[in-house]
Amino acid sequence: MYDIIIIGSGPAGLTAGIYASRANMKTLMIASSFSPSLITTTDLVENYPGFPDGISGFEIIERFTQQAIKFGMETAEADVTAVSPTSPDGPSLWKVDAGGKTYEASALIIATGTQYAHLHVPGEDEFTGRGVSYCATCDGPFYRGMNVVVVGGGDTAVQEALFLTRFADTVTIVHRRDRLRATGILRDRAAANAKIRFEFNSVVEEITGDTAVTGVVIRDVDCPEKKKTLNAQGVFIFTGNIPNTAFLGSLVECDDAGYIRVDENMRTSTQGIFACGDCTAKLLRQVVTACGDGATAAFAAEHYINDLKGTSYGEWNRSQ
Amino acid sequence: MAEEIFVDNPDKALTVTDSTLDEAIAKYPFIVVDCWAEWCGPCKMLGPIIENLAKKHQGSIVFAKLDVDSSPQTATTYGIRSIPNLLVFKDGKKVGDIIGAMPEDKLMERINAFK
Repeated sequence: MYDIIIIGSGPAGLTAGIYASRANMKTLMIASSFSPSLITTTDLVENYPGFPDGISGFEIIERFTQQAIKFGMETAEADVTAVSPTSPDGPSLWKVDAGGKTYEASALIIATGTQYAHLHVPGEDEFTGRGVSYCATCDGPFYRGMNVVVVGGGDTAVQEALFLTRFADTVTIVHRRDRLRATGILRDRAAANAKIRFEFNSVVEEITGDTAVTGVVIRDVDCPEKKKTLNAQGVFIFTGNIPNTAFLGSLVECDDAGYIRVDENMRTSTQGIFACGDCTAKLLRQVVTACGDGATAAFAAEHYINDLKGTSYGEWNRSQ
Repeated sequence: MAEEIFVDNPDKALTVTDSTLDEAIAKYPFIVVDCWAEWCGPCKMLGPIIENLAKKHQGSIVFAKLDVDSSPQTATTYGIRSIPNLLVFKDGKKVGDIIGAMPEDKLMERINAFK
């Protein structure tokens, strides 16, 4: 029996873990060992304060984890299969099924993040791992001297395109809009990089190849009959994300895209369930915002639990 | 680094390199080679699973690890474009590959399909 169970082990969940453990809440983090936080695939995070030279996403997670464990957070590695109230009447306790075991807690913090969206075009599944990739840091070094395509125009796409220029001869960014969405400094770096080319107003129609990728067919978004084939041995897809919230069913209210709706205290529509980080409906999904959300979620959960136990301290009340 | 001596029934994952891979493939009738690198997050998740399987399946399946950074030739020879990448060799020939990290039971299912 735990006070708080945190589901998910990215920046939001780990920060919640640090705050909850330091508040002497008996805290368990359930982490999926094979869907790690997406930040672990980012080669360089240079907008998280305190690291002026940047830090790798993998190292950020290692440091956060050490910090949470130091303060007493317990961990379990398993995929959560179901979440339900222990009694049908009042949601005073929650049951979490994961890896064949059942865990119970007074409050849950959902911090399951997102996963990369797929393009759903011919060739994508067939060539995954054979030219199609969703992780530039994992696969970039295999593309020395080759031509690669990056699909997408956001921060991740441009950051990874820049990383890929270390290895590839050319990096072509294919983006459906007429300009990049990425933040100014990344846009400037991409524009100044001689290896980077752009195909704006274009979408991928098909990924072609034999035993591995040899080309990418793109078409103009305005005139679909205008197509061309880019010669490429690699395609890196960074076109957006899908929240990892399907396992919750209709337990909490989500927006149309599946992101969990929370109030400013990270409370979901269901009492005792809090959510934070990329899996919530919000404007900016970054490490620093995930951390802020995580701290708030843990603090709100702590007060919710103290309320349940009748040991609340201060002005907090549940109906607030 | 001293080169590994290929014992008959290893109870741990062997270390192979560009220059010793062929010898290992020739010696062991069924060998799974985990191609990995230090900079690859998913590889780090798979590492302990490979060690565990090497112990569990001692005598029937041999597991080995190959660092693609210090042994780049193997990646080129086998057209590796993504790691972790497990190359599966049976009776001296490559019979398949398994790309990406996955849980132990799922991984064994994939390996057994090549036996």
